[in-house]
Amino acid sequence: MASLPDLLIRGARVVDPFRGTDEGMDLLVSRGRVAELGKGIPAEGREVIDAEGMIVAPGFLDIHVHLREPGREDEETLESGLAAALRGGFTAVCCMPNTDPPLDNAALVEEMALKAAKLGLADLFIVGCVTRGRQGRELAEMGLMHLSRARVRAFSDDGDGIEDAGLMRRALEYVSGFGGVIVSHPEDRGLSRGGQVNEGEVSFALGLRGIPALAEEVMVARDLLLAGETGARLHLAHLSTARSLHMVREAKSRGLRVTAEATPHHLVLSERDIRDYDTVYKVNPPLRTPEDVRELRQALTDGTVDAIATDHAPHAPEEKEREFEYAPFGVVGMESAFPVLYTELVERGELPLMRLLDLLTRGPAEVMGLQAPEYGGGIEVGCRADLVLLETGREWVMDAGAFASKGRNCPFHGRKVKGRVAFTLKNGRVAFAAAGRGGEGVG
Amino acid sequence: MAVKGHLLDVDDLRREDLERILETARSFSEVLRRPIKKVPSLRGKTVVNLFYEPSTRTRLSFEVAAKRLSADVLNFTASASSVEKGESLKDTALTLRAMGVDAVIIRHPVAGAPCLLRRWLDVTVINAGDGMHAHPTQALLDLFTMRERLGDMEGATIAYVGDILHSRVARSGMKACRAAGMRVVAVAPPTLMPPAVPDYVEVSHSFDAVIPRCDVIYMLRIQKERQQEARFPSLEEYARLYQLDKERLRKAKPGVVVMHPGPMNRGVEISSEVADAPHAAITAQVSAGVAVRMAVLFLLLGGGEGGGVLA
Repeated sequence: MASLPDLLIRGARVVDPFRGTDEGMDLLVSRGRVAELGKGIPAEGREVIDAEGMIVAPGFLDIHVHLREPGREDEETLESGLAAALRGGFTAVCCMPNTDPPLDNAALVEEMALKAAKLGLADLFIVGCVTRGRQGRELAEMGLMHLSRARVRAFSDDGDGIEDAGLMRRALEYVSGFGGVIVSHPEDRGLSRGGQVNEGEVSFALGLRGIPALAEEVMVARDLLLAGETGARLHLAHLSTARSLHMVREAKSRGLRVTAEATPHHLVLSERDIRDYDTVYKVNPPLRTPEDVRELRQALTDGTVDAIATDHAPHAPEEKEREFEYAPFGVVGMESAFPVLYTELVERGELPLMRLLDLLTRGPAEVMGLQAPEYGGGIEVGCRADLVLLETGREWVMDAGAFASKGRNCPFHGRKVKGRVAFTLKNGRVAFAAAGRGGEGVG
Repeated sequence: MAVKGHLLDVDDLRREDLERILETARSFSEVLRRPIKKVPSLRGKTVVNLFYEPSTRTRLSFEVAAKRLSADVLNFTASASSVEKGESLKDTALTLRAMGVDAVIIRHPVAGAPCLLRRWLDVTVINAGDGMHAHPTQALLDLFTMRERLGDMEGATIAYVGDILHSRVARSGMKACRAAGMRVVAVAPPTLMPPAVPDYVEVSHSFDAVIPRCDVIYMLRIQKERQQEARFPSLEEYARLYQLDKERLRKAKPGVVVMHPGPMNRGVEISSEVADAPHAAITAQVSAGVAVRMAVLFLLLGGGEGGGVLA
């Protein structure tokens, strides 16, 4: 790294949600760190990125991705997934433990963490299982995962809710002993079983079984009660219904230590977008009504939602290209997140740029309890140069075929967008440069 | 090959298409009364019955219809094919395309399979029932049967009774009845009613209250599995509340038409006496099935040069 020449990012608009600053300046990167900030930094002897008109922000953090390793390396690997992260502007991600075998013990999480570190791509933080084998019966060794070199601090049986309220209560209590957080996948199987799309007009018209909003809301209500009682840190994954958000808003107003995330697909698409039984729209929780989408956007603005997370879920094409009911749930999301969110929310004037970037950086870091030097802290002299350079104002077309992820199940493929990631810097190195910006792919 | 017409659901049909199918079916029903019931309209055409779900009556009905039109018929059923070896619907579609068939009639246990087939094939696709979604030829043959019995259907009232939620027959049938200008009532316990029914459908949970104003009572088959899903406590209780029996039929208009898509659960949704009473048009539905399916095949496959006549 020491051999890298200094890199001058000139004339950028530096937007830093950690400090709440938004100003035009130059930024000098040297030895993997931000060495100087200011106006008119001299260029001689340095590599220069002319960032006139670009936005520079801290690298994003995606706290909800599925990297499929170990077990389904045909769908994604740490390598392809972490490269996809960089392509999407994410310099760090948190991966969910619903792999095969599940990430439910210290040895395995440590192995994965070390393997990811060696790749030198995006940073990986592992979410460990709450229960052994994700079976929902007995607690996994969460304390040992926390003490391991993977330093696991968030736990989830994501993909399944924890049905047993008593077990959920114990999990919340237990992790509060070492400052852990439980990430709830709020879904009551008794209410969702067999469901394919949101229950309502669309499920009726398509002849598919419905997943009622209640399946989520019943669990959100239960988990909020349990979190209130135990005082433990609860994070609610991929909220999709208006009533879930109302409950979270109310709980936060009482001072409960609860956080919530929303996905780009739930923020941009509704059940009405499901066309011709195209399984690319099959996600869990399902795409909801346009009213739910409106509420979710409102919740970004008013702080009910703390983070945007993609729930990146790559699937083999032959598994998605089949009957709706037989196809798995999930979309890939890391490489389309910023372009789509910028276009649909910021460009349309619904959300300030600062807030969008906040939801992709500071918000998720707070959810996970991550702090510099692991992640975050903002852009200042001496900080690690994990940065993203964003371009806006022109029109591009989302092309899932060009993704670094192995997954092609992207509902935004072919969509016109007005923003993109031009460069991602990891440890001061240009780890991704967009087409026409000196490269394509991860360098 | 030119893109041909398809029949995936009743919505695919404009009002004039609907009329045309019913008229064509009527002339075919006359053919079916002749000593020699075969016409040469689809000679040289190959039709595949692609059945992923056991259905003797619908498959036979399509097969008879195609043969009466002199088409060659291939039967591809789940139990006798590569389906068991796990071939995907897409690969099966590509195989059929490579074989150069003219039409595929598909029955599938899950919704949307015909729609996917249409995407992967460039030949006529006819939906013979997909999951809970649609069963357009059943809806058409039901309309045909009602018209034979009632004449003008404008303003007549039909009640669909039973498992509306899981019924493709009701989903397509209600649309067809609406298109024919009928009033549609859905009768079921709340647990078997869809979460959102279209505006034009009146919802009732009381069969007894609805019976006296019906011109057509359409009984739906009830499946025993619904009890395990806690949709109702027992078949006995269901039958007490929703079975069409002699007592209930007595409260109906004298000329009421009783229909059922078959196969019937005698003693559950319908009593034997009612099933065999003169009100019942159930065997007439079966006869209509052949004529209507002949009409659909004839109109979609063009019956010679010129391609499909329908949308």
